[in-house]
Amino acid sequence: MASSEEDGSVEEKENNNKKRTKSAVATAWLTFYNIAMTAGWLVLAMTMMRFYIQKGTHKGLYRSIARTLKFFQTFALVEVGHCAIGIVRTSVIVTGVQVCSRIFMVWFITNSIRQIQNEESVLLFLVVWTVTEITRYSYYTFNLLNHLPYFIKWARYNLFIVMYPLGVIGELLTIYAALPYVRRSGMYCMRLPNKYNVSFDYYYCLIIVMLSYIPLFPQLYFHMLRQRRKMLHGEVIVEKDD
Amino acid sequence: KLLYQLLFIYDHANPLNITVNMEKLIQCPVFSLPDPQWYPARQSIRLDPKGKSLKDEDVLQNLPVGTTATFYFRDLGAQISWVTVFLTEYTGPLLIYLMFYFRVPFIYAPKYDFTTSKHWVVHLACMCHSFHYVKRLLETLFVHRFSHGTMPLRNIFKNCSYYWGFAAWMAYYINHPLYTPPIYGEQQIRLALIIFLFCQIGNFSIHIALRNLRPPGSKTRKIPYPTKNPFTWIFLLVSCPNYTYELGSWLGFTLMTQCVPVAFFTLVGFIQMTVWAKGKHRSYLKEFRDYPPLRSPILPFIL
Repeated sequence: MASSEEDGSVEEKENNNKKRTKSAVATAWLTFYNIAMTAGWLVLAMTMMRFYIQKGTHKGLYRSIARTLKFFQTFALVEVGHCAIGIVRTSVIVTGVQVCSRIFMVWFITNSIRQIQNEESVLLFLVVWTVTEITRYSYYTFNLLNHLPYFIKWARYNLFIVMYPLGVIGELLTIYAALPYVRRSGMYCMRLPNKYNVSFDYYYCLIIVMLSYIPLFPQLYFHMLRQRRKMLHGEVIVEKDD
Repeated sequence: KLLYQLLFIYDHANPLNITVNMEKLIQCPVFSLPDPQWYPARQSIRLDPKGKSLKDEDVLQNLPVGTTATFYFRDLGAQISWVTVFLTEYTGPLLIYLMFYFRVPFIYAPKYDFTTSKHWVVHLACMCHSFHYVKRLLETLFVHRFSHGTMPLRNIFKNCSYYWGFAAWMAYYINHPLYTPPIYGEQQIRLALIIFLFCQIGNFSIHIALRNLRPPGSKTRKIPYPTKNPFTWIFLLVSCPNYTYELGSWLGFTLMTQCVPVAFFTLVGFIQMTVWAKGKHRSYLKEFRDYPPLRSPILPFIL
């Protein structure tokens, strides 16, 4: 009887150890990931600044950072995985929507429609994204290392108030600028008749995407505002539970 | 949405009060709520702020209360009856599809207004689609027995957008002048029709079997079992065969029309029905100790 009790407690300890090692692995990975992403976006920021200082213009700036941008922005897809397996406690849907909108901009707008790559609106959202991502990833990094300087926390929960709307403006203006080129080239279009009995018009799809910012942006913005109140002022917010 | 705490003192010793159930209690003049517009369907009364709502049939005597009972009230928001929602969300697709079938003006190019398709599969598809929704409407009126009377009002907008939107999207392509009939022609259409009809009959049989489980006016829950009708023998393997047959019907319709929007609708419906089936299966398992272990929620052995 005594030995079975011992076995039981040894097993329990093993399970606890497994749980602790699992979260240690997760923490190690997340720390590495966030440091890498901070570094990546810092590199992007510095390349952009150097280009602008050397050339004095933003024309050609997108092309110079295109590959790095695509790499780091696409890699952010793993964050959806983090939420799905639970090592990061954020909603999968919120993260998914945010990452997908970025991927969409990078791959389906600026990458495929070369004529708009030198627009000012592209520079605008690139700057906004860079500032936002550096702040966000360094916040996560310091959080994981349990040493969070107040100014990073302040930046994360205050800069977005200005950055978010500016980013949306940059993105919307870019999509709007792309519309005539999409219409003229008929890119990504599928016409009837075809054996799948479906059609797709990228032009109208982009218009729908632009319209979808109207309901989606306020939701994400107010979500961040609520997070801000909770984190900075420690307000007890009455949660709506249905 | 806020929670109100109500205190109700009743006399355990007085036998007249003991058998009062929640439904009657709410209508009792002693029980007055802060806002008179909170009709019974909107009220959620519970014994514990985070607990489940009490049912209308719950009797005071059987509740874990002493000589004073503390109830917590929550307003569920404006409610609408299930029957109303079902009738609205099913009538939409029926009429919308017909509008596309008859090529009402402003949908396709003007030279096609009020013309009919030259492909007989398009006529067949219209008959199947219309039959499906007429069947659903009749079942809502005469077959289904609903355990909850109402649902939140905002659901009607959500549900109608889904059904009406998809119906329009599918109908646009199926009834389009440039529609391409199925590659494998008559064979494919015939097979699709057989699958569709088989599953429609199956779905109807399940609805009848579920109706017969519950006597009129009651809200009892029992385990459904196979009956003499062979279409119900699927109960041996599946908890929610009505969803299984529904999936089958739409797969048949997809095969019949060979249309990507229909495939999409089938997929989305399948995902939603799987979520519902898993929930129902879980609550069956929780409620009945002797629940048949061989059953899966929606697909035999798989899901």
